[in-house]
Amino acid sequence: MDWNFIIFSAVKIAVVIGILLTMVAYSVLAERKIAAWIQDRVGPNRCAPPFVKYIPVVGPFLTRLGFFQPLADGLKSLLKEDFMPAGVRKVYFWLAPAVAMVPALLAVAVIPFGSQLGAQKMVIADLNVGILYTFGIVSLGVYGIVLAGYAANSKYPMFGGIRSSAQMISYEISMGMSVIPVLLIAGNLNLTQIIGWQSAHGWLVLYAPVSFVIFLVAAFAETNRMPFDLPEAEQELAGGYNVEYSSMKFALFFLAEYSNMIASSAMMVTLFFGGWTLPFWGLDHAATTLGMGIAHILVFIAKMLFFMVVFIWVRWMFPRFRYDQLMDLGWRRFLPLALVNILVTAIWLWMTTK
Amino acid sequence: MIVDRRPLTFWEKLYLPAIIGGLKVTVRHAFRTLFQGKAVTMEYPEQKWTVPENYRGAPYLVKDQDGNTKCVSCQLCEFVCPPKAIRITPPGESGKLADRTNAEKMPAEFEINMLRCIFCGFCQEVCPEEAIFLQKDYSLTGTSREEMIYNKEKLLSLGGISPGIQKWKHKLEEAQAQESFPVKV
Repeated sequence: MDWNFIIFSAVKIAVVIGILLTMVAYSVLAERKIAAWIQDRVGPNRCAPPFVKYIPVVGPFLTRLGFFQPLADGLKSLLKEDFMPAGVRKVYFWLAPAVAMVPALLAVAVIPFGSQLGAQKMVIADLNVGILYTFGIVSLGVYGIVLAGYAANSKYPMFGGIRSSAQMISYEISMGMSVIPVLLIAGNLNLTQIIGWQSAHGWLVLYAPVSFVIFLVAAFAETNRMPFDLPEAEQELAGGYNVEYSSMKFALFFLAEYSNMIASSAMMVTLFFGGWTLPFWGLDHAATTLGMGIAHILVFIAKMLFFMVVFIWVRWMFPRFRYDQLMDLGWRRFLPLALVNILVTAIWLWMTTK
Repeated sequence: MIVDRRPLTFWEKLYLPAIIGGLKVTVRHAFRTLFQGKAVTMEYPEQKWTVPENYRGAPYLVKDQDGNTKCVSCQLCEFVCPPKAIRITPPGESGKLADRTNAEKMPAEFEINMLRCIFCGFCQEVCPEEAIFLQKDYSLTGTSREEMIYNKEKLLSLGGISPGIQKWKHKLEEAQAQESFPVKV
């Protein structure tokens, strides 16, 4: 056994999970703040531990920004009563939040979030089938929601679960099809290699813009975000698949949703926007110094945050799709479009590479 | 009436113009709120509504211009109070005299349970001495039920000073108005 590999992998896993969960907590805050600004409100601006008011300028500023709100939210979720309704299917009821959360975290494993730090590649698992792994893991996420809907033994969660299964399966197909042109162009399934191709030839969004649009919309659908949040449509389903849940189990569904958002933002950045590369300041090659390595990680996080903001921004703009419109969009618009896109890309590649 | 709907053009069917329009609207609102401070919300405990005149808030006892208790402990308000929020303890035979002239007595204790009060204004309506008024406080908070029973001292200090009794002046004005009222025979 290579102890070096094990230790460095463990450290990377710990750091990535830590950063991921922090980002999840703060994306909840970002959602609340951005929602507030878009709706001409102020958003959370009170919550602060007692010592903060003694810090002169920074303290009030952070409080206004709601910087400490995630701590309070997390604490509240943990301390609330964990109520289990009578008549639930207990095993599945306990299992569902975990099944929702785990794939969301696992999907981050193959994403290269930086080039190199010292001699270490900044990716937890540099798989040859990176994209296939991600799709496989992400499609497991639907089980959590379906199980939650089934386990609750109540009609509205059931509807939510059924809706989500149909929605996620439909859009997974479009999503998978939309990525094929990218793979054709880059000629590789390994995400590190795809980024390498992009640093040599330019970002893939320039080569496959249609793929990007389909992928973006499908990512919204996969993460149950507005305008595709049918599984948790409050107005129709009294809350959706998570109605019967409370306390930390309820919070886990939301953490899973936000981790999914982060994972799909990371995927979009990796596949279409050059991952950790920037075309200027010499940031387009694998780092040789420690500073460059850190710069690459920051570039990746910045790009990812941009997509997170887009996710949140779009939420406060669209009304929800009706169920038949959702299916129509998925099967009759995006699937043919993705197929045509594959064909056109293949023909274009065949013409140019002769 | 049947309205003929114009079929959407290809450009409109793409949804893109509508999406971009929507993004522009939301960004404009976010920008205004964030950088121009145009949030429509009020930061409540620091900023408060200025309520209109004649607002019916919490009932408080008022003092006259000399700082004396106006209430004469007639207990009409206690009697009329629909939720029975008011409780008056009269001074009794050997009790303390009123601290103003023209008045026989004043209450030994005057309590309003603000948890019971419905802000109906009957006490103000019925008071012959114009000693209790519904004022502008609408946010009464406390940490216990006992704290929410306001006693005479607290009610007087919250109520402030109201100038002399106006009711005889009002009666006179009403009588004069009756004199000159054109009555049809």
